[in-house]
Amino acid sequence: MAFVGAFTRRPDADAKVRGAARYVADLDVPDAWLGGTVRADVARGRLVRIDRDPGFDFTRVVVVTAADIPGRNVVALITDDQPLLAQDAIEHHGEPIALVAAPDRATLLAALAALRPVIAARTPCFDMEASAVVWKRIAIDRGDVDAVWAKAHRVVEGTFHTGSQEQMYIEPQGCVAWPPDRHGVVVVRGSLQCPYYVQKALMAALDLPAERARVVACTVGGGFGGKEDYPSVIACHAALLARAAGRPVKLLFDRHEDLAVTPKRHPCRVWHRTAVAADGTLLAMDIDVRMDGGAYTTLSPVVLSRGVLHATGPYRCANVRVRGAVVATNHVPYGAFRGFGAPQTCFAVERQMDRIATELGMHPVALRRHNALAPGDRTATGQLLDDSVAAHAVLDAVVAETGCARMPWRTQKRGRRRRGFGVSLFWHGAGFTGSGETKLKSRVAAAVLADGRVEVAAAATEIGQGTEAMLRAIAADSLGCGAADVALTEPDTGRAPDSGPTVASRTCMIVGGLVAQACRQLRDRVGGDEARPFRDRAAAFVRDGGDGRVEVEYHAPPGIVWDEANYRGDAYPVYGYGADVVEVEVDVATFAVKVLRFCTAIDVGRAIQPGLVRGQIEGGSLQALGFGHLEVVTTQAGRLRQDRMATCIIPTAVDAPPMRVLLVERPFQHGPFGAKGVGEMPADGGAPALAAAIEDAIGIAVDAVPATPERLLAAWLQTHPEEAL
Amino acid sequence: MIDLRFRVNGEWRSVRVPPLARLLDVLREHLALTGTKEGCGEGECGACTVLVDGAPVNSCLVPACQVADRDVVTIEGAGHESIQEAFADCGGVQCGICTPGMILATRACLAEWTARGEPCTEAGLRRALAGNLCRCTGYGGIIAAALRAHGGAT
Ligand code: FES
Ligand code: FES
Repeated sequence: MAFVGAFTRRPDADAKVRGAARYVADLDVPDAWLGGTVRADVARGRLVRIDRDPGFDFTRVVVVTAADIPGRNVVALITDDQPLLAQDAIEHHGEPIALVAAPDRATLLAALAALRPVIAARTPCFDMEASAVVWKRIAIDRGDVDAVWAKAHRVVEGTFHTGSQEQMYIEPQGCVAWPPDRHGVVVVRGSLQCPYYVQKALMAALDLPAERARVVACTVGGGFGGKEDYPSVIACHAALLARAAGRPVKLLFDRHEDLAVTPKRHPCRVWHRTAVAADGTLLAMDIDVRMDGGAYTTLSPVVLSRGVLHATGPYRCANVRVRGAVVATNHVPYGAFRGFGAPQTCFAVERQMDRIATELGMHPVALRRHNALAPGDRTATGQLLDDSVAAHAVLDAVVAETGCARMPWRTQKRGRRRRGFGVSLFWHGAGFTGSGETKLKSRVAAAVLADGRVEVAAAATEIGQGTEAMLRAIAADSLGCGAADVALTEPDTGRAPDSGPTVASRTCMIVGGLVAQACRQLRDRVGGDEARPFRDRAAAFVRDGGDGRVEVEYHAPPGIVWDEANYRGDAYPVYGYGADVVEVEVDVATFAVKVLRFCTAIDVGRAIQPGLVRGQIEGGSLQALGFGHLEVVTTQAGRLRQDRMATCIIPTAVDAPPMRVLLVERPFQHGPFGAKGVGEMPADGGAPALAAAIEDAIGIAVDAVPATPERLLAAWLQTHPEEAL
Repeated sequence: MIDLRFRVNGEWRSVRVPPLARLLDVLREHLALTGTKEGCGEGECGACTVLVDGAPVNSCLVPACQVADRDVVTIEGAGHESIQEAFADCGGVQCGICTPGMILATRACLAEWTARGEPCTEAGLRRALAGNLCRCTGYGGIIAAALRAHGGAT
């Protein structure tokens, strides 16, 4: 094995450091017009009509409204409830009403201002606790929680809140669409994670068969989930405009528009009631999860699903009841962000573990060790875990590195600057939830080219995480050739089979697994004396008329069974595990929180490209720490308050602590070379560990994130009323 | 429209642009130098960083007329291979959208420290790069790359 496990330079690095990589805004598209969107300026209402300013010459532009959509007026995804353009009901602020394309920016802005939607306002709902409309409910039951309460040594209750969070990829969203060519094919190129999701949406909106809706992902300037579903909206809008204008149209968001209308992390409230024995054993866990889904269903049902499936944390408990609901409000729809529901429920269960530790006078590390999942244990859905479980291994790794198991927790500290530490233990299911992968039936192809190189065709997108280097390493080692002998096709629905979306920490385990399988078949087929270079043998094989193309399709590993109706069985093929230790200093005059040290141990099964895995862990961890104390996303009357980068802040190089990353490898027998997933997991543990560290430092309960200075001050004054002004 | 003449990546160029055109747009649209990126358009992210007479500026905030007769360096003309190589090798690049600005900001601060004979420290680098946001890397790879480039350069 020459490439798996080795440090190699990522293939896209050279173009990126020279400024030569082409992102969507960099495409040179002759004759393209610019597109823009007329939006609702209320959170709920009824669209009465769209007035046109008679002073503007509309012959200079093209305008598209709901009436001009040739196909169905929906953003086809899970539930077709979201219109592409509002027709009657307005359900959230910024909802698209009409589209304009113009030859230049000044004309575009003038036209947008000359279109005036008349909306009769209705009363909106912004309170998820009060909402009566439920997008999805999920129940998980194991054992009998109600039989336990009376027998328990202690019953501990807690309610925990997590705020929304903006993905803040540095490249705003955008797409370019071309009008139908002479074969009727519509092409869209864009900044997107999931070409086949966009294709599906285009087919519905423009009433096209698959072969006439071609979607290509450009180099993507960051996604983190934010470019999972929303690009379907932009792509359909751009394609409608291109069709109407008869020329290509660029629909590129600026930061302001991107912040205002693209989906963010679901705000969430989790209630816990836990029965514990005197030795810390978890006897029963009763958990209620509620998320704000916003105005349309979008991805909320699957976000909730991942959230509730991770709600118990990586802990053994014989009696579990989880109730989850994601509800409708008139907020801009919330959507996918790295972790996908798990960071919210992980925050809650980890804070609850700390609360239990405090109640029992146990060290938080000891409590976690006592209950952490081990091989042979079952999860809340009854899934039997094999020896890929690494909960103890990751916890031991951070404990050995930081010595935190010997540090006293929540002792009284003095002085203006007080230090504290916190620990979190977490897990993350790799791949789609439940039967998602089985339904998806992802496909990957590998074909020998005339010169003996192998072209691997998959729709997995490179969004910065290192897909290209990872797939190339897997292909090269599976074929027994050099990494340079492997070519990857562009993520293009016209050329690459549907290997599924680039989400859910699935690209390595699922797509990588298919690449390994296809390449091994090709290697067997080419055969010959392996002492000779593969490339020579492969070239000869196809020259002699051999069939050098293999296409494979995903099948669940044997024994993986999921009962969707009852939420029983194998929720994920496998889980990765992580543990974080955060050390902070809190200034009790300003409540500024400084993260001094951060240590994380992450089990990825097998690190295919260790350098890239570290990069994923460091970047994801910083996002998690930002979620914990810096990143504030709030709304007022349904409108985002932090509507500019100046106010919607993310951590800078100064905010980022030095990070110690420990890779733990507990292989998954069905993963390529043992790999699980890595993308999302680092998003889960940072916030609870940070909150615990603040709690340790200043002795106040931190049950909600982001733990901003304002929030900390308010909590401080509750316990120190003498300091109130 | 105004006629604007300035040196870009060592070459004198003349363009006819609207008087208040942003330097960012002149570079990207008139000169096809798309290596300079726009992340926010309001001076917050640093993706649009270029060097004007050696000093880093946010080109989204600079009216192009201000660079008349001056020397502008974009990523396409950044030279100084050791920084680019270090970014590529140390995990300084993921999605790459912040990378051109980050490399130019790094180059400017390393050059300044070298000229002043100041040591390059991690804390100093973090402060110097605080105006350039990266959402992918957590900054560890970027800091490591800058330290390596500096070590290699001196
Ligand atoms: S685009 Fe200039 S600072 Fe963000
Ligand atoms: S590499 Fe993606 S923003 Fe820095």
